[in-house]
Amino acid sequence: MEEKMYRRENRILFSLITTVIILGIYALYIYNNYIDSNPEILNDLKFWGKTFIILVPIMIVAQIILHIIFAIINKIITNEDMPTSEDEMDKLIELKSLRISRWVQSLIFFLAMGAITIGMHIWVMFVLLISSCFISSIVESIAQIYFYKRGIKHG
Amino acid sequence: MGKSSISNNIRRLRFNANEMTQQELADKTGVSRQTIVAIEKGNYSPSLELAFRIAYIFQTSLSEVFMYDPDKDKLRNKKLK
Repeated sequence: MEEKMYRRENRILFSLITTVIILGIYALYIYNNYIDSNPEILNDLKFWGKTFIILVPIMIVAQIILHIIFAIINKIITNEDMPTSEDEMDKLIELKSLRISRWVQSLIFFLAMGAITIGMHIWVMFVLLISSCFISSIVESIAQIYFYKRGIKHG
Repeated sequence: MGKSSISNNIRRLRFNANEMTQQELADKTGVSRQTIVAIEKGNYSPSLELAFRIAYIFQTSLSEVFMYDPDKDKLRNKKLK
């Protein structure tokens, strides 16, 4: 039987799942408390700005807390400390995943501009722009998990 | 990922070095144990510097640690076609 060891992909998967859950809860909260009762608020750019600005610190604090929780769970299960620095394989995986994520972000940005061009509501562009940050981040995490599981080559 | 054109003898060399653990080798080479596992399985080809470091730890030559099989090298085979 394979000995349990710390694996970066487990931390990434944990972070990915919790990020999606937090985002889902936040989106549900915004919908139930603001959009559902007043759909006109979608056209208010101030509302979108506030929604995004509040989300950023929530995500940062949540990530810090979840990182600590994961470190404790990891220590209990594997009896290993999490590495404090990245080595060459981690950096290569990060670079390749980042490249994929940037492509996704560019594509969604292009779609957002396209939405404006064909005369859709301004909030559609705003939602697409905000989504591009999170979708590209999710794609980056999935790419990282894939490379850690399947291996990676230079070039 | 397909079969790598670079294989290695790290598992055997660790065994010959008083059953050195993957963690010990990782600590000596300055990488994570996960990276050592990936190299041993052929899922990651290390940089030249790390390859030399591994060879140095086992007090052997690079060719004793890593072997190159040109027939499995997809890039080389593509250029030959």
